[in-house]
Amino acid sequence: MTSRLILIAAALVGVTIGIGAYTFVYARGYSYLTDDPAACANCHVMRDHYTAWTRASHHAVAVCNDCHTPPSLIPKYVTKAQNGFWHSFYFTTGRYPDPLRITRRNHEVTELACRKCHMELAESIDPAHTDTGRGGLTCTKCHNDAGHLE
Amino acid sequence: MTRRFSAPVVITLLAAIAAVAVTALLVNIFTRQQEARNPFYRVVELDDDTTDPAVWGKNFPLQYDSYQRTVDQVRTRYGGSEAVPRTPTDADPRSIVAHSRLEEDPRLKTMWAGYAFSADFREERGHAYMLEDQTFTERQVVVQQPGTCMHCHASVYVPYKKLGGGDLIKGFEQMNQMKYQEARQLVEHPVACIDCHDPSTMELRVTRPGFLEGIQKVKALQGIDDYDVNRDATRQEMRAFVCGQCHVEYYFKGPEKRLTYPWDKGLRADEILAYYEETGFSDWTHAESGAPALKAQHPEFEMWNQGVHARSGVACADCHMPYQRTGAMKISDHHVRSPLLNVNRACQTCHRWSEDELRARVHTIQDRTYQVRNVAMDALMALIADIRTAKEAGAADAGLETARRHQRRAQFLLDFIEAENSMGFHADQEAVRVLALSIDETRRGQAALPGGKATPGPITDMPPPPQVVSPGRAPEGD
Repeated sequence: MTSRLILIAAALVGVTIGIGAYTFVYARGYSYLTDDPAACANCHVMRDHYTAWTRASHHAVAVCNDCHTPPSLIPKYVTKAQNGFWHSFYFTTGRYPDPLRITRRNHEVTELACRKCHMELAESIDPAHTDTGRGGLTCTKCHNDAGHLE
Repeated sequence: MTRRFSAPVVITLLAAIAAVAVTALLVNIFTRQQEARNPFYRVVELDDDTTDPAVWGKNFPLQYDSYQRTVDQVRTRYGGSEAVPRTPTDADPRSIVAHSRLEEDPRLKTMWAGYAFSADFREERGHAYMLEDQTFTERQVVVQQPGTCMHCHASVYVPYKKLGGGDLIKGFEQMNQMKYQEARQLVEHPVACIDCHDPSTMELRVTRPGFLEGIQKVKALQGIDDYDVNRDATRQEMRAFVCGQCHVEYYFKGPEKRLTYPWDKGLRADEILAYYEETGFSDWTHAESGAPALKAQHPEFEMWNQGVHARSGVACADCHMPYQRTGAMKISDHHVRSPLLNVNRACQTCHRWSEDELRARVHTIQDRTYQVRNVAMDALMALIADIRTAKEAGAADAGLETARRHQRRAQFLLDFIEAENSMGFHADQEAVRVLALSIDETRRGQAALPGGKATPGPITDMPPPPQVVSPGRAPEGD
């Protein structure tokens, strides 16, 4: 009796793993582990942002992950996992506002990303503005179309 | 028995729940991917003679659904309309109308004295009402209106073609010369899908002869000869041009009553006025002053062209028909309406401020324009009264000619802003510039009266400047 139950359980676990694997492949889940910008536009909501990026000045030097994830490995994948989960959650339920707005945390990631390459420039501006960085003066306040053409 | 369920049972249950959840996710992803392909099901064949929007609606139910919502009556601070009940009569079966602008501002009656607009002028309602409201306005009773009106109050593309034996322009010319009631028999719908869309490709298309000819004149001024809007315009231009087919200043030229957009010298109010001065056209003779007066009509397209949004490449449809998300599809909202009723989609796509802040910015522009409009209106009232007084005191027509000329000019410039449906928003500085020109014309008119002195009029307290609503907070970190 018990062994029959174990068989049923094993079969169901197998089926679930199978469907899960299929879903992962079907939804191109593996692509999210890459740096390919096209992966971010798997989901239709991001298409406009993707298109705008292809036409912006930075598209030759930076892909999505360069500006939207922190540089080192663990923070990068934590950010990816976090955004991946919430994006999937909201896009699946459909309960999210239009137009999309970057979250506070993601905006800070992006702000730091500007400084990865433009640190010298940013440092010479910072002393004049006591409110730079978090919440105050940010690079994107003026250079809003650097990443995505409006 | 300490354990009610054995481990295999629990694992089976959990695996089953997980399988259900993953399958549901799979189906959801599939559905979204299908939606994102923007499927369209051709359930009926559309051709270049299909006027009825309900037929188009079978292929495009989402767009049709929002198109039908133009029946909504919602007010904004300076526009929109609220439903005003009225008792239907045999002549006018409408049980709901918009409120009368003449009652709201009786100075309009004086400005238009002797013209049909002084009999009945109401706040415009949505697209759905354009034909009905024109059929039953009292202006029809006061004056015999021509069939020309159909150009913009009905879906007239197919009727024009039928009337002209396949030739759009011929049909247009023939209908212009009909009586309104006669032409009314030939049309059935207010603006419909076919007026802006090509039925085979759904691409935007200009179908109105008035605009086809008018935009050619504008482009000629820019050095572009032989401009064909349907051949040469970009997609983004078309998203404004299809609206510009009707939301413009116009007049009926000559005995043929040919609808003409007076853009020979440019799109600005004073350039249009210069054109009228050159051609000597006037709409009517002012009943109180005897001035050869002009009526300006909803020049939204012209004013938008002078503003910063046009300059930045933002078209009418970007704010009045913004994209909306339906499932995974992105469609443009065919419920054409004031962006103030749809701030998040209309404005926030580009402007990252709170809705309150954006609304406050618009209202600041509109309140200021409205104040200057009122100053210009009061000035015009004084000029009309002065000319009337001089006339009644026995001044000869020759002595009043210059003052009347200035009244005509002042009145047109003022009406240009008054009739324009954005209270200055489409081009705020331009609106105030035109009003300033109007006030100057009034001043010159008063100075040109016999006696050469302007009547100062009673000193009245100017209304205080409008309250500027405190700005909303900008989103943090931006």
